Amino acid sequence: MKSLIKLTIVLFTLILPAYTWAAAATATADIEINTPAVAALTQSMQARYAQLAAHYASGAVGLTADGFVAVHDTSAIPLAERQTVNALVTAENRDRKALYHEIARANGHPEWADDIRKTFAQRWLLRAQAGWWIEGGKGWNKK
Amino acid sequence: MSKNLLALIVTATALAACVTINIYFPAAATEKAADKIIDEVWQKQPDQSPAPAEKPAAPNPAASSPAINYPTGETK
Repeated sequence: MKSLIKLTIVLFTLILPAYTWAAAATATADIEINTPAVAALTQSMQARYAQLAAHYASGAVGLTADGFVAVHDTSAIPLAERQTVNALVTAENRDRKALYHEIARANGHPEWADDIRKTFAQRWLLRAQAGWWIEGGKGWNKK
Repeated sequence: MSKNLLALIVTATALAACVTINIYFPAAATEKAADKIIDEVWQKQPDQSPAPAEKPAAPNPAASSPAINYPTGETK
């Protein structure tokens, strides 16, 4: 029993500084987004937004609760454009998925991709313009 | 011997907990990073305002020419 107490004391001496360091590291934690891959993806999405903006406004395309975009109202898209809009949505989602994974990878934690996606999901919805369609827990809603 | 084993388990658990704390996901920093990227993608105000401001900047090359002081410039 004595040896166990001794060991506990030794353990605490070892763990306490490590714990303090970890807490400090968490407090000052930053997220790296200044990488060529993140910049390229941001650029690509920015260019696509020029085409998507009108479809967000018309309600044809909306934001999903899981950090992606989806076709919300097909009838708001002229028949001839439907294929184009579908392609835009697919491309946008491909970029978004790559973005979430790239940020996680750039920060040395590929397993963060899902947390990053969830954080982005909240921020996309929060910063969306009024009138855009958003998919919440109870289906689609107009912001 | 079983006490040593118990101690070993305690050590392992404590160290594992330590590692878990160390890789805690920085949610606040990610929110800020996300906002920065979203503003860029959706070209919010900070990106839109410099665009119209560039138009008044256009006459700048002309503004630099008076340094040469052409007298012909005054006749017109």
